[in-house]
Amino acid sequence: MAPLLELRGITKRFPGVLANDHIDLTLEKGEIHALLGENGAGKTTLMNILYGLYSQDEGDIFVNGNKVTINEPTDAIKAGIGMVHQHFMLIPVFTVTENIMLGEEYVKAGGFLDRKKAAAKITEISDKYNLNVNPDAYVRDLPVGTQQRVEIIKILFREAEILIMDEPSAVLTPQEVDELFKIMRVLVDQGKSIIFITHKLREVMECADRITVIRGGKVIGSTTPKEADTKKLATMMVGRDVQLKIKKTKSDPKETVLNVENLRVMNSQQHLAVDDISFNVRAGEVLGIAGVQGNGQTELVRALTGLLPPTEGKIEILGQDTPQEKPRFITELGSAHIPEDRQKDGLILAFPVADNLILNTYFHEPFSKGITLQFDEIANSGNALVEKFDIRTPSVNTPVSNLSGGNQQKVIVAREFSRPIKLLIASQPTRGLDVGSIEYIHKRLMAKREEGCAILLVSTELDEIIQLSDRIAVMYRGKILDILDAQDATKEVLGLLMAGIKPSDEMKSQAKHEEQIILT
Amino acid sequence: MENQKQTQNKPSGIAVFFDELSKSSGMVTFLAILTGILIAGLLVALTTVEVYDAFSISFWSGIKEALRTAWNTYSSLFIGAFGDPKKIAAAFQGGDGLEIRRAINPFFESLVQTTPFIFGGLSVALGFRVGLFNIGAEGQLFIGAMTSVYAGYAITGLPAYIHIPLALLAGAAGGAAWGFVPGYLKAKTGAHEVIITIMMNYIAFKLSDFMLRGPMKDPNEYTPKTPWIQESAQLTRLFPDTIRFHIGFFIALGVAYFVYWLLFKTTWGFELRTVGSNPNGARYAGINTTKATVVAMSLAGSLAGLAGANEVLGLNYRLVPSFTSGYGFDSIALALLGKNHPLGVVLSALLFGFLRNGSRQMQLKSGVPIDIVSILQALILTFIAAPAIIRSIYRLKKPDHEEETIKVGSWGGN
Repeated sequence: MAPLLELRGITKRFPGVLANDHIDLTLEKGEIHALLGENGAGKTTLMNILYGLYSQDEGDIFVNGNKVTINEPTDAIKAGIGMVHQHFMLIPVFTVTENIMLGEEYVKAGGFLDRKKAAAKITEISDKYNLNVNPDAYVRDLPVGTQQRVEIIKILFREAEILIMDEPSAVLTPQEVDELFKIMRVLVDQGKSIIFITHKLREVMECADRITVIRGGKVIGSTTPKEADTKKLATMMVGRDVQLKIKKTKSDPKETVLNVENLRVMNSQQHLAVDDISFNVRAGEVLGIAGVQGNGQTELVRALTGLLPPTEGKIEILGQDTPQEKPRFITELGSAHIPEDRQKDGLILAFPVADNLILNTYFHEPFSKGITLQFDEIANSGNALVEKFDIRTPSVNTPVSNLSGGNQQKVIVAREFSRPIKLLIASQPTRGLDVGSIEYIHKRLMAKREEGCAILLVSTELDEIIQLSDRIAVMYRGKILDILDAQDATKEVLGLLMAGIKPSDEMKSQAKHEEQIILT
Repeated sequence: MENQKQTQNKPSGIAVFFDELSKSSGMVTFLAILTGILIAGLLVALTTVEVYDAFSISFWSGIKEALRTAWNTYSSLFIGAFGDPKKIAAAFQGGDGLEIRRAINPFFESLVQTTPFIFGGLSVALGFRVGLFNIGAEGQLFIGAMTSVYAGYAITGLPAYIHIPLALLAGAAGGAAWGFVPGYLKAKTGAHEVIITIMMNYIAFKLSDFMLRGPMKDPNEYTPKTPWIQESAQLTRLFPDTIRFHIGFFIALGVAYFVYWLLFKTTWGFELRTVGSNPNGARYAGINTTKATVVAMSLAGSLAGLAGANEVLGLNYRLVPSFTSGYGFDSIALALLGKNHPLGVVLSALLFGFLRNGSRQMQLKSGVPIDIVSILQALILTFIAAPAIIRSIYRLKKPDHEEETIKVGSWGGN
């Protein structure tokens, strides 16, 4: 029997890039097929072709052995293909029913919406697949995990047989991820089939039936979780041996560099985003701040770097009280900031690499004398940094917008690390980067720690936090629920904290015990 | 692999030249102007009765008549802007000074028309570079004219080398004050500069009306006019009579260079451009965006003020109601055409100045209304604003990278 879905020789070229190079892929009915690859490997391009957002230059798509032409998403939906996007496409002020029927409305006589009939169908789907969604709830009131299930129902509502899930775990806590994997299992048990796009090895090992690894637009190989191990998968994904675990010496923290007391910060909507937080970071240690995205980390970092005035509390850097809204005063104290959104905050995209490298030192000698900029010095220092930090750019005069994400991030790292710094605030330093760049940036961070720099690392990637931190604070709804020593922090305990549950000491030691059993 | 790729398809020098040329934005600008001229010529032919008459005789005579009409229009535009080459040659052979001056006058008159465009264009361009949309150039120009004229007639007994700079500075200061207000309001309250500058324009117009009828009115005149400025405040003219060309043009070029130097060679300019290109990034880099906004609007205002000062100190020698005929508004278009670069502004100011001056002669000679020049300007700007049209008509290649774009703060003042 023909496979449910077959892609044959799919090729897609973008100017200067071969995004997909003769990709073959089959999906059998009732399986979870993981598509594993780094950012930029071509996974998303392939799925966008399948979903009709791009059209392929070469190759054919077969559903149940019949060739189909997919030019736009409606064609894909007709062919029974649905997609759960990484960023949800929901309208917060609508109810679940309204969101789901949007675009496929049930209508009563007289042109009125038939919400009841739609809600009944939603309840039926929800019960069948164990999704546990209330059709009358407003989307804005739902936790992220539930919103994702609404997206899934949206697809099932349109009678899809094939579900494409694009990095579905990115926005979830570890517990929610477990929950999602259970749901995926129920879906395939009931006869649906899933293509699961990810770059996380652990998830693939946990939930996939089959794994196809893509690198540089090509299929590198297919395997199953039974045959493969994470090390082998990582090597396939990156194309060389990867150091998955970073070597970390025992920390030797010295004087307190950053001291935060009873900090409260409002966000732009005037909601309390940081609620009475106190902590400190000492020279030579990494304090990791874990938490699901949107629990006040952004506002905390903005307050620490002088970009958002706190409403209450004290921030001391090297014993100095920092005045409000004076980012330059704070950087001049010897503090560096790798911002969460490199394109929005960290770079002037239209400016050349050299100018971006002097973005917060341009007023110092030798880059300027009086008020005139010294272009020779700027170019020389730019060239030196490009070399030292291995920034791949045609020249220092190229606008940073032309650089890849990894190289853009290297520009920021080069700029911040080239100053004599005592405190580093790194927010999502590896978001959206390929494994090679992640490895590089992690090494640089650890080197700074060895030099005696105090590092505050904010990340939603739990693996990153656990690997790099000496102590870990977990933020939930603006509060720090607990600060743990890295040795005591298991994924289980951190996951509970990220969900707002404070585990008892018993649970902590038990979780640690269980983890040790798994490890040995 | 990179090297291999380069050597493999290394094209010849000429091919590279044309490739680069077709990607450059200069090429687009040139073709936009050319296309604008062609379409405007077509419009002239379409709106001329003689052309239709000729078409009723035969197709070819119609085409001939259309081409003749367009040719006449543009040649009289050219003669109006540059002077008649035949007349110039004859006058130089005759050797009579007055005749020569008359013959070459159109060219210098075009430069006279260009001068306020340079100041105004620089004003708007500087604003755009900092992410601010200065619609208030016209009002700033009025205020600048008013303050400089006041310094011109009220202060007496100064030598020209002090009085002229002083009167110019007074104009710049007046414009700067008018630019400062929207800058300050934007920085402190987030009020959008577009709204504020539009309102400030009305205030400037009415204020100058009031001043001309009241405090600044020449008591010897019946109509609202200011007194004549002192001779020591008049911008020096470089030729004897009939040629009005004065040193204002060179001052404008000097100011254009200064703006270029300020924006691209100094730390202040670096800050201003950073704020204009990415205000979030500027804040992250510790740049005081509030200060940059206020400084930029004040500077933009002072440049527009200089445009007003240049007009009253160089040409009119007094202020009369509604004297500028829209230099401030044309400056917005001109700044866009010049890609907000001082050199580009000077070049497009020359284009606008020559077109404006030539259009009068064109109307006299060929009977084509002056408005066709406005249409021509509008066409050119449309093509500049939508380069995709030009690129697709002439099958140009897309540039390798995004051109440097200027972001103007959204409504609500981000």
